[in-house]
Amino acid sequence: MNEALLRSLTPSVLGILVRRGADFAAGEDAVQDALVEAVRVWPTDPPRDPKGWLVTVAWRRFLDATRADAARRRREDLVDEEPAPGPTPAVDDTLQLYFLCAHPSLTPSSAVALTLRAVGGLTTRQIAQAYLVPEATMAQRISRAKRTVSGVRFDQPGDVATVLRVLYLVFNEGYSGDVDLAAEAIRLTRQLSAAIDHPEVAGLLALMLLHHARRATRNAPDGSLVPLAEQDRGRWDTTSIAEGVQILQAALARDRLGEFQAQAAIAALHADAPAAEETDWVQIVEWYDELVRLTDSPVVRLNRAVAVGEADGPRAGLAALAALDDALPRHTAVAAYLHERDGDLATAARLYAEAARRAPNLAERDHLTRQAARLNAGRGR
Amino acid sequence: MAKYLLLKHYRGAPAAVNDVPMDKWAPEEITAHVQYMNDFAARLETTGEFVDGQALSPEGTWVRYDGEGRPPVTDGPFAETKDLIAGWMVIDVDSYERAVELAGELSAAPGAGGKPIHEWLELRPFLTEPPTITE
Repeated sequence: MNEALLRSLTPSVLGILVRRGADFAAGEDAVQDALVEAVRVWPTDPPRDPKGWLVTVAWRRFLDATRADAARRRREDLVDEEPAPGPTPAVDDTLQLYFLCAHPSLTPSSAVALTLRAVGGLTTRQIAQAYLVPEATMAQRISRAKRTVSGVRFDQPGDVATVLRVLYLVFNEGYSGDVDLAAEAIRLTRQLSAAIDHPEVAGLLALMLLHHARRATRNAPDGSLVPLAEQDRGRWDTTSIAEGVQILQAALARDRLGEFQAQAAIAALHADAPAAEETDWVQIVEWYDELVRLTDSPVVRLNRAVAVGEADGPRAGLAALAALDDALPRHTAVAAYLHERDGDLATAARLYAEAARRAPNLAERDHLTRQAARLNAGRGR
Repeated sequence: MAKYLLLKHYRGAPAAVNDVPMDKWAPEEITAHVQYMNDFAARLETTGEFVDGQALSPEGTWVRYDGEGRPPVTDGPFAETKDLIAGWMVIDVDSYERAVELAGELSAAPGAGGKPIHEWLELRPFLTEPPTITE
Protein backbone atom coordinates (compact mmCIF):
# COMPACT_ATOMS: atom_id res chain seq x y z
CA MET A 1 0.00 0.00 0.00
CA ASN A 2 1.26 3.45 -0.88
CA GLU A 3 1.19 5.40 2.36
CA ALA A 4 1.86 8.73 0.62
CA LEU A 5 -1.20 8.18 -1.58
CA LEU A 6 -3.27 7.36 1.46
CA ARG A 7 -2.08 10.47 3.24
CA SER A 8 -2.70 12.65 0.19
CA LEU A 9 -6.41 11.88 0.60
CA THR A 10 -6.42 13.19 4.19
CA PRO A 11 -7.34 16.85 3.61
CA SER A 12 -10.18 16.18 1.17
CA VAL A 13 -11.70 13.50 3.43
CA LEU A 14 -11.52 15.85 6.41
CA GLY A 15 -12.97 18.65 4.29
CA ILE A 16 -15.96 16.48 3.41
CA LEU A 17 -16.59 15.64 7.06
CA VAL A 18 -16.47 19.28 8.05
CA ARG A 19 -18.85 20.25 5.24
CA ARG A 20 -21.25 17.55 6.43
CA GLY A 21 -21.35 19.26 9.78
CA ALA A 22 -18.60 17.64 11.83
CA ASP A 23 -16.68 20.12 13.92
CA PHE A 24 -13.03 20.32 12.95
CA ALA A 25 -11.55 18.75 16.10
CA ALA A 26 -13.82 15.71 16.17
CA GLY A 27 -13.67 15.31 12.40
CA GLU A 28 -9.90 15.35 12.48
CA ASP A 29 -9.81 12.64 15.17
CA ALA A 30 -12.20 10.54 13.08
CA VAL A 31 -10.02 10.89 9.97
CA GLN A 32 -6.96 9.80 11.99
CA ASP A 33 -8.88 6.71 13.11
CA ALA A 34 -9.86 5.98 9.54
CA LEU A 35 -6.23 6.29 8.38
CA VAL A 36 -5.07 3.86 11.05
CA GLU A 37 -7.85 1.46 10.03
CA ALA A 38 -6.84 1.78 6.36
CA VAL A 39 -3.25 0.87 7.15
CA ARG A 40 -4.54 -2.23 8.90
CA VAL A 41 -7.20 -3.35 6.40
CA TRP A 42 -6.11 -2.24 2.94
CA PRO A 43 -3.11 -4.55 2.48
CA THR A 44 -5.39 -7.61 2.55
CA ASP A 45 -8.63 -5.98 1.41
CA PRO A 46 -7.93 -3.01 -0.88
CA PRO A 47 -10.97 -0.78 -1.54
CA ARG A 48 -12.17 0.00 -5.05
CA ASP A 49 -12.69 3.65 -4.11
CA PRO A 50 -10.06 4.58 -1.47
CA LYS A 51 -11.42 8.06 -0.83
CA GLY A 52 -15.02 6.87 -0.57
CA TRP A 53 -13.88 4.16 1.83
CA LEU A 54 -12.07 6.70 4.03
CA VAL A 55 -15.05 9.07 4.06
CA THR A 56 -17.43 6.27 5.05
CA VAL A 57 -15.21 4.93 7.81
CA ALA A 58 -14.30 8.38 9.13
CA TRP A 59 -17.93 9.49 9.15
CA ARG A 60 -18.96 6.38 11.09
CA ARG A 61 -16.15 6.98 13.57
CA PHE A 62 -17.27 10.55 13.93
CA LEU A 63 -20.91 9.50 14.57
CA ASP A 64 -19.79 6.89 17.11
CA ALA A 65 -17.71 9.47 18.92
CA THR A 66 -20.55 11.96 18.83
CA ARG A 67 -22.94 9.38 20.26
CA ALA A 68 -20.51 8.65 23.03
CA ASP A 69 -19.93 12.29 23.70
CA ALA A 70 -21.50 13.23 27.01
CA ALA A 71 -22.49 16.65 25.77
CA ARG A 72 -24.46 15.30 22.81
CA ARG A 73 -25.31 18.78 21.81
CA ARG A 74 -25.48 18.14 18.16
CA ARG A 75 -26.52 14.53 18.26
CA GLU A 76 -30.07 14.92 17.01
CA ASP A 77 -28.93 16.67 13.89
CA LEU A 78 -26.34 14.16 12.90
CA VAL A 79 -27.06 10.66 14.11
CA ASP A 80 -28.40 8.06 11.72
CA GLU A 81 -28.16 10.39 8.84
CA GLU A 82 -25.60 9.74 6.19
CA PRO A 83 -25.84 12.63 3.75
CA ALA A 84 -25.61 11.93 0.06
CA PRO A 85 -22.04 12.46 -1.09
CA GLY A 86 -22.99 14.94 -3.81
CA PRO A 87 -20.43 17.07 -5.56
CA THR A 88 -17.41 17.68 -3.35
CA PRO A 89 -15.36 20.83 -3.80
CA ALA A 90 -12.19 18.96 -2.89
CA VAL A 91 -9.76 21.67 -3.88
CA ASP A 92 -11.44 24.36 -1.81
CA ASP A 93 -11.61 22.07 1.21
CA THR A 94 -7.92 21.33 1.01
CA LEU A 95 -7.08 25.01 0.81
CA GLN A 96 -9.35 25.85 3.75
CA LEU A 97 -7.61 23.20 5.83
CA TYR A 98 -4.23 24.75 5.13
CA PHE A 99 -5.55 28.14 6.23
CA LEU A 100 -7.11 26.72 9.38
CA CYS A 101 -4.00 24.78 10.43
CA ALA A 102 -1.78 27.82 9.90
CA HIS A 103 -4.22 30.22 11.56
CA PRO A 104 -2.45 33.30 13.00
CA SER A 105 -3.83 32.52 16.48
CA LEU A 106 -1.59 29.41 16.60
CA THR A 107 2.03 29.44 17.67
CA PRO A 108 4.45 28.26 14.97
CA SER A 109 5.09 24.90 16.66
CA SER A 110 1.34 24.27 17.04
CA ALA A 111 0.64 25.24 13.44
CA VAL A 112 3.38 22.91 12.23
CA ALA A 113 2.06 19.98 14.29
CA LEU A 114 -1.55 20.55 13.26
CA THR A 115 -0.67 20.90 9.59
CA LEU A 116 1.35 17.68 9.62
CA ARG A 117 -1.53 15.81 11.21
CA ALA A 118 -4.67 17.30 9.67
CA VAL A 119 -3.30 18.07 6.21
CA GLY A 120 -0.38 15.66 6.05
CA GLY A 121 -2.09 12.69 7.66
CA LEU A 122 0.88 11.86 9.87
CA THR A 123 0.26 10.22 13.21
CA THR A 124 0.96 11.98 16.48
CA ARG A 125 3.73 9.46 17.15
CA GLN A 126 5.45 10.24 13.84
CA ILE A 127 5.25 13.98 14.47
CA ALA A 128 6.56 13.55 18.03
CA GLN A 129 9.52 11.55 16.73
CA ALA A 130 10.29 14.17 14.12
CA TYR A 131 10.52 16.90 16.75
CA LEU A 132 12.08 14.80 19.53
CA VAL A 133 9.35 15.31 22.09
CA PRO A 134 7.35 12.69 24.00
CA GLU A 135 4.22 11.51 22.19
CA ALA A 136 1.99 12.70 25.06
CA THR A 137 3.44 16.20 24.73
CA MET A 138 2.76 16.27 21.00
CA ALA A 139 -0.78 14.94 21.55
CA GLN A 140 -1.43 17.81 23.97
CA ARG A 141 0.05 20.35 21.58
CA ILE A 142 -2.24 19.15 18.80
CA SER A 143 -5.40 19.05 20.89
CA ARG A 144 -4.70 22.53 22.29
CA ALA A 145 -4.17 23.75 18.73
CA LYS A 146 -7.49 22.26 17.71
CA ARG A 147 -9.22 23.99 20.59
CA THR A 148 -7.60 27.28 19.62
CA VAL A 149 -9.02 27.17 16.09
CA SER A 150 -12.36 25.63 17.08
CA GLY A 151 -14.18 28.94 16.71
CA VAL A 152 -12.71 29.79 13.33
CA ARG A 153 -15.20 29.51 10.47
CA PHE A 154 -14.06 26.93 7.99
CA ASP A 155 -15.06 28.80 4.87
CA GLN A 156 -13.18 32.02 5.53
CA PRO A 157 -10.26 32.76 3.29
CA GLY A 158 -6.93 33.01 5.04
CA ASP A 159 -3.57 34.54 4.32
CA VAL A 160 -1.38 32.38 2.09
CA ALA A 161 1.73 33.93 3.66
CA THR A 162 0.98 32.29 7.04
CA VAL A 163 0.61 28.90 5.34
CA LEU A 164 3.90 29.35 3.51
CA ARG A 165 5.73 30.19 6.74
CA VAL A 166 4.47 26.95 8.29
CA LEU A 167 5.52 24.86 5.29
CA TYR A 168 8.90 26.59 5.25
CA LEU A 169 9.37 25.63 8.91
CA VAL A 170 8.48 22.01 8.20
CA PHE A 171 11.08 21.94 5.42
CA ASN A 172 13.77 23.73 7.35
CA GLU A 173 13.53 22.37 10.88
CA GLY A 174 13.01 19.08 12.58
CA TYR A 175 14.80 15.80 12.94
CA SER A 176 14.23 12.58 11.13
CA GLY A 177 12.22 9.83 12.68
CA ASP A 178 10.62 7.48 10.20
CA VAL A 179 9.25 10.51 8.34
CA ASP A 180 11.24 12.57 5.88
CA LEU A 181 10.07 16.07 6.83
CA ALA A 182 11.70 17.78 3.86
CA ALA A 183 9.98 15.43 1.41
CA GLU A 184 6.74 15.85 3.34
CA ALA A 185 7.03 19.64 3.14
CA ILE A 186 7.55 19.39 -0.62
CA ARG A 187 4.52 17.12 -0.95
CA LEU A 188 2.34 19.52 1.06
CA THR A 189 3.57 22.57 -0.87
CA ARG A 190 2.96 20.80 -4.17
CA GLN A 191 -0.56 19.96 -3.03
CA LEU A 192 -1.10 23.58 -2.00
CA SER A 193 0.13 24.86 -5.34
CA ALA A 194 -2.44 22.62 -7.03
CA ALA A 195 -5.16 24.20 -4.87
CA ILE A 196 -4.21 27.85 -5.29
CA ASP A 197 -2.57 29.80 -8.07
CA HIS A 198 -0.11 32.09 -6.30
CA PRO A 199 3.44 33.02 -7.38
CA GLU A 200 4.83 32.81 -3.83
CA VAL A 201 3.49 29.27 -3.39
CA ALA A 202 5.33 28.42 -6.59
CA GLY A 203 8.36 30.31 -5.30
CA LEU A 204 8.46 28.28 -2.08
CA LEU A 205 8.01 25.01 -3.98
CA ALA A 206 10.88 25.96 -6.29
CA LEU A 207 13.04 26.94 -3.30
CA MET A 208 12.42 23.58 -1.63
CA LEU A 209 13.11 21.58 -4.78
CA LEU A 210 16.36 23.45 -5.45
CA HIS A 211 17.64 22.91 -1.90
CA HIS A 212 16.42 19.33 -1.78
CA ALA A 213 18.43 18.65 -4.93
CA ARG A 214 21.65 19.22 -2.98
CA ARG A 215 20.70 17.07 -0.07
CA ALA A 216 22.87 14.04 -0.80
CA THR A 217 25.97 16.24 -0.92
CA ARG A 218 25.42 18.39 2.17
CA ASN A 219 27.01 15.90 4.54
CA ALA A 220 30.10 13.74 4.26
CA PRO A 221 29.69 10.01 4.93
CA ASP A 222 30.75 10.64 8.56
CA GLY A 223 27.91 13.15 8.96
CA SER A 224 30.06 16.30 8.92
CA LEU A 225 28.87 19.38 7.03
CA VAL A 226 30.10 20.01 3.50
CA PRO A 227 29.88 23.72 2.56
CA LEU A 228 28.20 24.68 -0.71
CA ALA A 229 31.51 25.48 -2.45
CA GLU A 230 32.91 22.03 -1.65
CA GLN A 231 29.86 19.95 -2.53
CA ASP A 232 30.11 17.41 -5.34
CA ARG A 233 27.88 19.14 -7.88
CA GLY A 234 27.83 16.05 -10.06
CA ARG A 235 25.67 14.43 -7.41
CA TRP A 236 23.08 17.19 -7.29
CA ASP A 237 19.66 15.95 -8.36
CA THR A 238 19.24 17.44 -11.84
CA THR A 239 15.59 16.39 -12.15
CA SER A 240 14.70 18.28 -9.00
CA ILE A 241 16.75 21.29 -10.15
CA ALA A 242 15.08 21.33 -13.58
CA GLU A 243 11.63 21.21 -12.02
CA GLY A 244 12.50 23.94 -9.51
CA VAL A 245 13.90 26.22 -12.20
CA GLN A 246 10.88 25.69 -14.44
CA ILE A 247 8.43 26.47 -11.65
CA LEU A 248 10.44 29.51 -10.64
CA GLN A 249 10.62 30.91 -14.17
CA ALA A 250 6.86 30.61 -14.60
CA ALA A 251 6.35 32.38 -11.28
CA LEU A 252 8.82 35.19 -12.01
CA ALA A 253 7.19 35.78 -15.40
CA ARG A 254 4.08 36.95 -13.57
CA ASP A 255 5.97 39.89 -12.15
CA ARG A 256 4.69 39.60 -8.58
CA LEU A 257 7.97 39.13 -6.78
CA GLY A 258 8.03 37.91 -3.20
CA GLU A 259 10.67 36.70 -0.76
CA PHE A 260 10.38 33.00 -1.61
CA GLN A 261 10.76 33.64 -5.34
CA ALA A 262 13.83 35.78 -4.61
CA GLN A 263 15.34 33.09 -2.37
CA ALA A 264 14.61 30.49 -5.01
CA ALA A 265 16.30 32.67 -7.63
CA ILE A 266 19.47 32.68 -5.51
CA ALA A 267 19.30 28.90 -5.10
CA ALA A 268 18.77 28.57 -8.86
CA LEU A 269 21.91 30.62 -9.58
CA HIS A 270 23.92 28.29 -7.33
CA ALA A 271 22.36 25.27 -9.02
CA ASP A 272 23.23 26.74 -12.41
CA ALA A 273 26.99 27.00 -11.71
CA PRO A 274 28.85 23.88 -12.90
CA ALA A 275 31.63 24.72 -10.41
CA ALA A 276 31.69 26.99 -7.35
CA GLU A 277 34.13 29.37 -9.09
CA GLU A 278 31.66 29.87 -11.92
CA THR A 279 28.91 31.16 -9.62
CA ASP A 280 27.33 34.40 -10.83
CA TRP A 281 27.85 36.29 -7.55
CA VAL A 282 27.04 39.68 -9.08
CA GLN A 283 23.55 38.51 -9.92
CA ILE A 284 23.24 36.85 -6.52
CA VAL A 285 24.05 40.17 -4.82
CA GLU A 286 21.30 41.79 -6.91
CA TRP A 287 18.81 39.21 -5.69
CA TYR A 288 19.92 39.81 -2.10
CA ASP A 289 19.27 43.50 -2.66
CA GLU A 290 15.73 42.58 -3.74
CA LEU A 291 15.38 40.40 -0.64
CA VAL A 292 16.57 43.20 1.64
CA ARG A 293 13.98 45.45 0.02
CA LEU A 294 11.25 42.83 0.49
CA THR A 295 12.06 41.67 4.03
CA ASP A 296 14.47 44.13 5.62
CA SER A 297 15.79 41.12 7.52
CA PRO A 298 19.20 41.30 9.25
CA VAL A 299 19.79 37.62 8.41
CA VAL A 300 19.35 38.47 4.71
CA ARG A 301 21.83 41.34 5.11
CA LEU A 302 24.31 38.91 6.66
CA ASN A 303 23.96 36.50 3.73
CA ARG A 304 24.27 39.46 1.39
CA ALA A 305 27.63 40.34 3.01
CA VAL A 306 28.90 36.86 2.10
CA ALA A 307 27.75 37.33 -1.50
CA VAL A 308 29.34 40.79 -1.64
CA GLY A 309 32.58 39.20 -0.37
CA GLU A 310 32.51 36.83 -3.34
CA ALA A 311 31.42 39.40 -5.93
CA ASP A 312 33.60 42.35 -4.91
CA GLY A 313 36.27 40.77 -2.73
CA PRO A 314 36.56 40.02 0.99
CA ARG A 315 37.27 43.64 1.98
CA ALA A 316 33.93 44.70 0.49
CA GLY A 317 32.28 41.81 2.30
CA LEU A 318 33.84 42.85 5.62
CA ALA A 319 32.68 46.43 5.03
CA ALA A 320 29.10 45.19 4.47
CA LEU A 321 29.44 43.05 7.59
CA ALA A 322 30.67 45.97 9.71
CA ALA A 323 27.29 47.65 9.33
CA LEU A 324 25.53 44.71 11.01
CA ASP A 325 24.98 43.84 14.67
CA ASP A 326 27.68 41.34 15.68
CA ALA A 327 25.21 39.53 17.95
CA LEU A 328 23.46 38.17 14.84
CA PRO A 329 23.61 34.39 14.63
CA ARG A 330 26.52 33.29 12.40
CA HIS A 331 27.95 36.81 12.24
CA THR A 332 31.24 35.58 13.73
CA ALA A 333 31.40 32.63 11.34
CA VAL A 334 30.93 34.96 8.35
CA ALA A 335 33.62 37.29 9.70
CA ALA A 336 35.99 34.35 10.10
CA TYR A 337 35.39 33.24 6.52
CA LEU A 338 35.89 36.72 5.06
CA HIS A 339 39.09 37.26 7.08
CA GLU A 340 40.43 33.94 5.82
CA ARG A 341 39.68 34.95 2.24
CA ASP A 342 41.42 38.22 2.95
CA GLY A 343 44.54 36.32 4.05
CA ASP A 344 44.39 37.21 7.76
CA LEU A 345 44.62 33.62 8.94
CA ALA A 346 45.34 34.32 12.61
CA THR A 347 42.22 36.46 12.97
CA ALA A 348 40.22 33.93 10.99
CA ALA A 349 41.32 31.04 13.24
CA ARG A 350 40.44 32.99 16.38
CA LEU A 351 37.02 33.92 14.96
CA TYR A 352 36.28 30.37 13.80
CA ALA A 353 36.95 29.12 17.33
CA GLU A 354 34.72 31.84 18.75
CA ALA A 355 32.01 31.07 16.18
CA ALA A 356 32.19 27.40 17.20
CA ARG A 357 31.40 28.37 20.80
CA ARG A 358 28.33 30.26 19.56
CA ALA A 359 27.23 27.63 17.04
CA PRO A 360 23.51 26.80 17.21
CA ASN A 361 23.96 23.08 16.46
CA LEU A 362 26.54 20.34 16.83
CA ALA A 363 27.22 19.86 13.13
CA GLU A 364 28.05 23.53 12.72
CA ARG A 365 30.09 23.56 15.90
CA ASP A 366 32.20 20.64 14.72
CA HIS A 367 32.58 22.19 11.29
CA LEU A 368 33.72 25.56 12.68
CA THR A 369 36.09 23.91 15.16
CA ARG A 370 37.60 21.97 12.27
CA GLN A 371 38.05 25.22 10.31
CA ALA A 372 39.90 26.77 13.28
CA ALA A 373 42.01 23.63 13.65
CA ARG A 374 42.84 23.62 9.94
CA LEU A 375 44.16 27.19 10.09
CA ASN A 376 45.97 26.62 13.38
CA ALA A 377 47.68 23.61 11.80
CA GLY A 378 48.88 25.93 9.05
CA ARG A 379 46.87 24.39 6.25
CA GLY A 380 44.89 25.96 3.43
CA ARG A 381 41.63 24.64 2.09
CA MET B 1 18.19 -1.41 35.98
CA ALA B 2 19.53 1.93 37.14
CA LYS B 3 19.79 5.20 35.31
CA TYR B 4 22.94 7.26 35.41
CA LEU B 5 23.85 10.66 34.10
CA LEU B 6 27.26 10.99 32.49
CA LEU B 7 28.02 14.67 32.80
CA LYS B 8 30.65 16.41 30.75
CA HIS B 9 31.94 19.75 31.98
CA TYR B 10 33.59 22.57 30.07
CA ARG B 11 35.08 23.68 33.38
CA GLY B 12 34.69 22.75 37.01
CA ALA B 13 36.34 19.36 36.67
CA PRO B 14 40.08 18.77 37.16
CA ALA B 15 42.06 19.13 33.94
CA ALA B 16 42.15 16.16 31.60
CA VAL B 17 45.45 14.32 31.05
CA ASN B 18 45.50 15.22 27.34
CA ASP B 19 44.24 18.77 27.84
CA VAL B 20 44.50 20.61 24.50
CA PRO B 21 41.71 22.91 23.24
CA MET B 22 39.95 21.35 20.28
CA ASP B 23 40.78 24.12 17.81
CA LYS B 24 44.47 23.22 18.36
CA TRP B 25 43.96 19.63 17.25
CA ALA B 26 44.55 18.45 13.71
CA PRO B 27 41.28 18.48 11.71
CA GLU B 28 41.39 14.67 11.29
CA GLU B 29 41.69 14.31 15.07
CA ILE B 30 38.43 16.22 15.47
CA THR B 31 36.78 13.95 12.92
CA ALA B 32 38.07 10.89 14.77
CA HIS B 33 36.76 12.26 18.08
CA VAL B 34 33.28 12.96 16.69
CA GLN B 35 33.23 9.49 15.14
CA TYR B 36 34.17 7.90 18.47
CA MET B 37 31.34 9.72 20.28
CA ASN B 38 28.79 8.75 17.62
CA ASP B 39 29.93 5.14 17.63
CA PHE B 40 29.76 5.03 21.42
CA ALA B 41 26.13 6.22 21.47
CA ALA B 42 25.21 3.89 18.59
CA ARG B 43 26.73 0.92 20.42
CA LEU B 44 24.80 1.71 23.60
CA GLU B 45 21.61 1.82 21.55
CA THR B 46 22.31 -1.69 20.25
CA THR B 47 22.98 -2.96 23.79
CA GLY B 48 19.73 -1.38 25.00
CA GLU B 49 21.49 0.93 27.46
CA PHE B 50 21.19 4.32 25.74
CA VAL B 51 18.51 6.75 26.98
CA ASP B 52 19.46 10.22 25.87
CA GLY B 53 22.39 12.39 24.90
CA GLN B 54 22.47 16.15 24.51
CA ALA B 55 25.07 18.86 24.03
CA LEU B 56 24.63 22.34 25.46
CA SER B 57 25.75 25.71 24.23
CA PRO B 58 28.43 27.15 26.53
CA GLU B 59 26.54 30.40 26.89
CA GLY B 60 23.34 30.67 28.89
CA THR B 61 21.45 33.07 31.12
CA TRP B 62 20.69 33.05 34.84
CA VAL B 63 17.05 33.82 35.56
CA ARG B 64 15.19 34.40 38.79
CA TYR B 65 11.66 35.42 39.88
CA ASP B 66 11.54 39.07 40.90
CA GLY B 67 8.17 39.36 42.58
CA GLU B 68 4.53 39.72 41.63
CA GLY B 69 3.87 41.59 38.41
CA ARG B 70 7.53 42.06 37.59
CA PRO B 71 9.42 40.44 34.76
CA PRO B 72 12.02 37.87 35.79
CA VAL B 73 15.53 39.14 36.44
CA THR B 74 18.15 37.88 34.06
CA ASP B 75 21.84 38.06 34.74
CA GLY B 76 25.11 36.30 34.31
CA PRO B 77 27.27 34.69 33.41
CA PHE B 78 28.59 35.13 36.95
CA ALA B 79 32.33 35.42 37.31
CA GLU B 80 32.33 33.24 40.41
CA THR B 81 30.66 30.34 38.57
CA LYS B 82 33.33 27.67 38.36
CA ASP B 83 31.25 25.02 36.69
CA LEU B 84 29.93 24.85 33.16
CA ILE B 85 28.12 21.85 31.74
CA ALA B 86 28.94 20.87 28.17
CA GLY B 87 26.46 18.08 27.77
CA TRP B 88 25.32 14.73 29.01
CA MET B 89 24.45 11.19 28.22
CA VAL B 90 21.84 9.23 30.14
CA ILE B 91 22.31 5.48 30.34
CA ASP B 92 20.19 2.74 31.82
CA VAL B 93 22.42 -0.08 33.00
CA ASP B 94 22.38 -3.13 35.27
CA SER B 95 24.93 -2.01 37.79
CA TYR B 96 27.13 0.76 39.11
CA GLU B 97 30.12 -1.18 37.82
CA ARG B 98 28.75 -1.15 34.26
CA ALA B 99 28.13 2.60 34.53
CA VAL B 100 31.74 3.18 35.62
CA GLU B 101 32.99 0.99 32.80
CA LEU B 102 31.04 2.98 30.20
CA ALA B 103 32.07 6.34 31.64
CA GLY B 104 35.68 5.17 31.43
CA GLU B 105 35.24 4.29 27.77
CA LEU B 106 33.68 7.64 27.00
CA SER B 107 36.55 9.42 28.75
CA ALA B 108 38.97 7.55 26.48
CA ALA B 109 37.65 9.38 23.38
CA PRO B 110 40.63 10.33 21.22
CA GLY B 111 41.93 13.91 21.35
CA ALA B 112 45.08 15.76 20.31
CA GLY B 113 47.66 13.45 18.75
CA GLY B 114 44.98 10.77 18.49
CA LYS B 115 45.60 9.91 22.16
CA PRO B 116 42.77 9.46 24.70
CA ILE B 117 41.68 12.72 26.35
CA HIS B 118 41.38 11.10 29.81
CA GLU B 119 38.88 13.81 30.73
CA TRP B 120 36.94 13.62 33.98
CA LEU B 121 33.27 12.76 33.54
CA GLU B 122 30.85 12.97 36.41
CA LEU B 123 28.69 9.91 37.04
CA ARG B 124 25.47 10.70 38.91
CA PRO B 125 22.77 8.15 39.73
CA PHE B 126 19.16 9.21 39.14
CA LEU B 127 16.86 9.25 42.15
CA THR B 128 14.24 6.67 41.30
CA GLU B 129 10.62 5.92 42.08
CA PRO B 130 10.21 3.99 45.35
CA PRO B 131 9.90 0.23 44.85
CA THR B 132 6.55 -1.49 45.16
CA ILE B 133 7.77 -4.13 47.61
CA THR B 134 9.30 -2.56 50.65
CA GLU B 135 9.55 -5.36 53.21
